[in-house]
Amino acid sequence: MYKFATASAMIALTATSALAQSATEISWWHGMGGRNGEVINEISQMFNDQTDTCNLTPVSRGTYEEALSSGIAAFRSGEHPNILQVFDAGAATIIAAQGATIAAEELILAAGEEFNREDFIPGVRGFYADSEGKFIGMPFNSSAPIMYYNTEAFEAAGVEPPKTWEEFEEIAPAIVEAGYLPLTASQLTWMMVENFKSRNNQEFATNNNGYDGVDGTEILVNDENTVMMFEKLKEWADAGYFGFYGAGWADNLKPFEEGQSAMWIGSSGSFGGLQKSASAPFSADFMPYWGSIEGAGTQSFIGGAALFAMAGKPSEENECTAQFFTFLTSPEVQVYWHKNTGYVPITEAAYEMAKSEGYYEEQPVAEVGIKQLQLPAGEWTAGYRMGFYPQIRSVMEREFNRIFSNEVSVQDAFDIIQQESNDLLQRFARTAG
Amino acid sequence: MTDTPIADMPDAPRRSLSARLSDWYFAETPNPAKRVQFSRPLTPWIFLLPQLAIVVIFFYWPSVQAVTSSFYIEDPFGFGSTFVGFENYTDAVTNSQYASTAWFTALFCVVVTALSLGLGLLLAVKADKVIRGAETYKTLLISVYAIAPPVAGLIGMMFFDMHMGPFTKLFAAFGYDLRVGIDYWDTAFALTVIAVWKQIPYNFIFFLSGLQSVPVSVREAALIDARSGWRRFKDIILPLLAPTAFFLLVINITYTMFDTFSIIDVIVKDKPANNPMTLVYKVYLDGFKGNDIGGSSAQSVILMIVVAALTVVQFRFLERRVHYG
Repeated sequence: MYKFATASAMIALTATSALAQSATEISWWHGMGGRNGEVINEISQMFNDQTDTCNLTPVSRGTYEEALSSGIAAFRSGEHPNILQVFDAGAATIIAAQGATIAAEELILAAGEEFNREDFIPGVRGFYADSEGKFIGMPFNSSAPIMYYNTEAFEAAGVEPPKTWEEFEEIAPAIVEAGYLPLTASQLTWMMVENFKSRNNQEFATNNNGYDGVDGTEILVNDENTVMMFEKLKEWADAGYFGFYGAGWADNLKPFEEGQSAMWIGSSGSFGGLQKSASAPFSADFMPYWGSIEGAGTQSFIGGAALFAMAGKPSEENECTAQFFTFLTSPEVQVYWHKNTGYVPITEAAYEMAKSEGYYEEQPVAEVGIKQLQLPAGEWTAGYRMGFYPQIRSVMEREFNRIFSNEVSVQDAFDIIQQESNDLLQRFARTAG
Repeated sequence: MTDTPIADMPDAPRRSLSARLSDWYFAETPNPAKRVQFSRPLTPWIFLLPQLAIVVIFFYWPSVQAVTSSFYIEDPFGFGSTFVGFENYTDAVTNSQYASTAWFTALFCVVVTALSLGLGLLLAVKADKVIRGAETYKTLLISVYAIAPPVAGLIGMMFFDMHMGPFTKLFAAFGYDLRVGIDYWDTAFALTVIAVWKQIPYNFIFFLSGLQSVPVSVREAALIDARSGWRRFKDIILPLLAPTAFFLLVINITYTMFDTFSIIDVIVKDKPANNPMTLVYKVYLDGFKGNDIGGSSAQSVILMIVVAALTVVQFRFLERRVHYG
């Protein structure tokens, strides 16, 4: 009897102490699958292993768009996660909803952790920050659009990879001669509109590219230069210099993977995948710009996504979120993420660490994206902020298809994009009412 | 009327289902006139409650919410909203893309319904005549039905892939550059082929069972009256199949309007660009990808009204021409 009592007392004791020690649960919804999703799980495990007080559970919610929609739906019913991953095009939606999130910077400082904007590489600082530079979202997986090229094709053609689009025009005939399709590009909205704007330092929207507020923000895309970029693309497509395979990412990547096209404009984050899928040896360089545009050759916008700390959570959970953000930006974790996914490291310290480890001597392609993000900044290269931007991208995709199937002239297409996008932006401004 | 020989058959005047059910139910009752009554008025409501709850929670409540939010322009997170009256509706219907999507949806409904009903019927009639290996034919024809729409879409996507799809290569052999995903009508063609292929087995099953329930005696009697196989089919079989066909018509229109969603999603790889889509897909795009709740709600309310109107038309006008025997 005595033994039994002791035993049960022991059990009770262990149970209570386990309860007292039980970690604060926090959740993270993201939109990544495949290898990237696995790396997210690994990083979460690493975080849980080094803390006793917090337990982070990552949950994949499908694609970027699906993650954002389910995050929104969950927020409306009060079931939202602590951390939500939101992609570049959805940034305006979540940042405009003040009260849905706690600014990452404030969250980290409130938890007594250190935070320094200057720790981050310059190209990353602006995109998810407010107009004063305060970090609203925590930059996470960041990528840049870069130009991959098939080294065999360039050897066969006897030419050098182009730095500018003018050089591209000069060498394209030689590449055709050598039996290759010179150029393909995935997601023209990201490459040829958004990052045409950044690489060539062009104003993208009024109100300081949209950062100064939603009221009266207007997109600027039917200007001379943007139209010229697409008139050239159309001209190149007709001349056999450029292959357009619709709006799908993979359809435009395939000719490069199969060694048919000599250049592909893709994401720096595609590097990991391409190493497995490309049939020809390849290298990479910065995405070309126009030599004829004054002040061009600036850094590109960061693509990818950021993490947002959702509001309405108890303070001990917020502290865990802050700890995780600090953990995530530590050089070791950044380098691990960088090497395993191909996304760029977001802090100077992480970049230095990868350099000192000799990673870029082994894999020079892995450095192209981060180098491009560190090119000189211009007046318009910090980022853009436009509401309903996913729909604006859809409008562009629709018109691009029409351009390349000869249904509409480039100028008319961009007039339509300008008009419909501004209608959407006006609509978005009214959602805040 | 060709009805006359049928009426003379001993088992021809088939009674309605409810009448037969009540015969069966009251067969043992000493007093057939007495109806079963619940002794307490509340009891039937308790039995009804689960079903009512499901209908209210999953149908009426969301519908009411959709109608409400269709009058607002709303911040997706639910912080701010502006009452705009019917503006979401006028914006939706005046949008150039909405009009073209509506036209495509109508056309798609007509073409897919006609083709899948027609081909389903043709295959059922032919399979009904097969004697040797009939089971194999039927199983092969029906098996496609077991494929889920997204999988059907994936299979279709492989066939129509612009780089290596066998259909793309087949068309190329005839000198046509099939560009599914870029060219509007090429994509429409691919969508139609996949949607019809997916729906034929369903129609086939129902038509086949409809055909098999036509009494042999009726067929034999008809054989005496008409030598032409087509006339026998047109005058005897088809009217007897009419209830099945009517049911299938409703189902097929619903299928084309709503269930082709996943096929479209797979084919356009969730970037519709200039490719054709249905109204339902547009509701999804604007609401779930674009987070424009007001605009998307207005579109879904319009869709509800269209479907309600369509159902009324079908039952009021078409059903009158259908004989249930």
